[in-house]
Amino acid sequence: MNTPVISVRGLTKVFKTLTAVDRVNFEVGAGEIVGLLGPNGAGKTTIIHMLLGLTLPNAGEIRVFDLDLRNHREEILQQVNFSSTYTELPYSLTIRESLRVFARLYRVPDRDQKIAGLLEVFGLSDSKNKQVRHLSTGQRTRLNLCKALINDPRLLLLDEPTSSLDPDIADKTRRFLRRIREERELSILYTSHNMKEMEEICDRVLFLHKGRVLASGTPDEVVRFFKGKNLEDAFLKVARQGDDKR
Amino acid sequence: MSGHRIAAVCIRYLYLYKRSAARLMEVFYWPLLDLLLWGFITLYLAKYKKNLPNFVAFLLGALILWDILFRSQQGISVSFLEDVWSRNFLNLFASPLRPGEYIVSLMIMSVFKILIAGTVMSLLAWLFYSFNFFLIGISLVPFILSLVMLGWAIGIATMSFILRLGQEAEILAWGIGLLFQPVSAVFYPVSVLPRVLRGIARAVPASYVFEGMREVINNGGRFALRELALALGLSAVYLAAALILFHHTFKVVKKKGLLTRIGE
Repeated sequence: MNTPVISVRGLTKVFKTLTAVDRVNFEVGAGEIVGLLGPNGAGKTTIIHMLLGLTLPNAGEIRVFDLDLRNHREEILQQVNFSSTYTELPYSLTIRESLRVFARLYRVPDRDQKIAGLLEVFGLSDSKNKQVRHLSTGQRTRLNLCKALINDPRLLLLDEPTSSLDPDIADKTRRFLRRIREERELSILYTSHNMKEMEEICDRVLFLHKGRVLASGTPDEVVRFFKGKNLEDAFLKVARQGDDKR
Repeated sequence: MSGHRIAAVCIRYLYLYKRSAARLMEVFYWPLLDLLLWGFITLYLAKYKKNLPNFVAFLLGALILWDILFRSQQGISVSFLEDVWSRNFLNLFASPLRPGEYIVSLMIMSVFKILIAGTVMSLLAWLFYSFNFFLIGISLVPFILSLVMLGWAIGIATMSFILRLGQEAEILAWGIGLLFQPVSAVFYPVSVLPRVLRGIARAVPASYVFEGMREVINNGGRFALRELALALGLSAVYLAAALILFHHTFKVVKKKGLLTRIGE
């Protein structure tokens, strides 16, 4: 692998007495889609927050684009973006206004053209003047994805991005992500509780449980590691017997 | 420090005022109510307390200046809460936006609110009570500057408390500014306060502004140099302390993982 886009070594986060992330190591290569799997509380979201510099680790090193996150946060985040089911855009602003704010934050050239293109892809062109508060959950999720792609990021961190989308839009979103990954070598770190989706979209997955990486590899390798029929079966084994495997 | 990112955050807030009756009310309604209420009380008092010269000017001037302090604080803390309420805070800080740039954006927005509220109040004071706020003269500039800096300091400190303690602390955004009112000598001189409170008032820059304003009105616009210097100096110290507190709190909440839980 060439210089990895993300390189994480010994990443640890302790909240009071709870070790949320425990000496985690992984890499994500250019153009690679890597999934973080695991039951609730496995540490997936905490890892994403640490990669964005929103939570500081207790130990370990995070390098993105071969730069140390602690010393190059601004430079790194200019080329990264993020979408989470737990965040929203300002509800009093329209779709277009919200995206204009973020286009300015990331200093996007040809802002209106860029916004129009993204709205077209995610089927939001007709709603561009609607306030965020009046959007359906699915439309808000799509708007979050527009925001996440506004700066043509080299690295995208997606925390359960399709959890509230209907199967049609979820499928279109995955196709779009795969297409832009191929077109621009976009790297994606992806969390989801939809195992079928993870099998479909991820090149590799990391199985986390209680902050530790239990297994990593291609979806097939991980399924074989847990002697499951598929990722969902493996997930259930980890969720229910994870402690025995450690 | 990046101008385009500061502009982006400012535009984000300006969009809010385009269509929100509640936010427009915040800018016009309260100043209007304050002015009506206190203005008529002032007229009433003036009628019966003829031995107190310039009483109307004292109270109306104090009312407008106090509103400047209040708006300045609200411009910081309520704008911050807008991002918390709409669960947008993480999106902002997952971008290259620096905490310092965010604070500067909030400061600019508070000046915007002050300009509107101050203009409305001054105009209404002139229309309804024939009081020309600008007769206070050139002293107004440093007096206002001092109150704005103190308001920013209180707003930034409030924001730090909310970050550290969570949304339960958001009531501070409305209450903490009023805490300073009794010891700021807004409507009465420091000399009427009990000795303990007088000591506290001396540490509050706003008290020098309001004492100075009364001195200027009494002396027909003469520069209240001592009050002015003390007010500016103390406000600058408080603002610096608030910025240090925010910087420290921001680090602590990132360590404790609290930043990502704001607005959840």
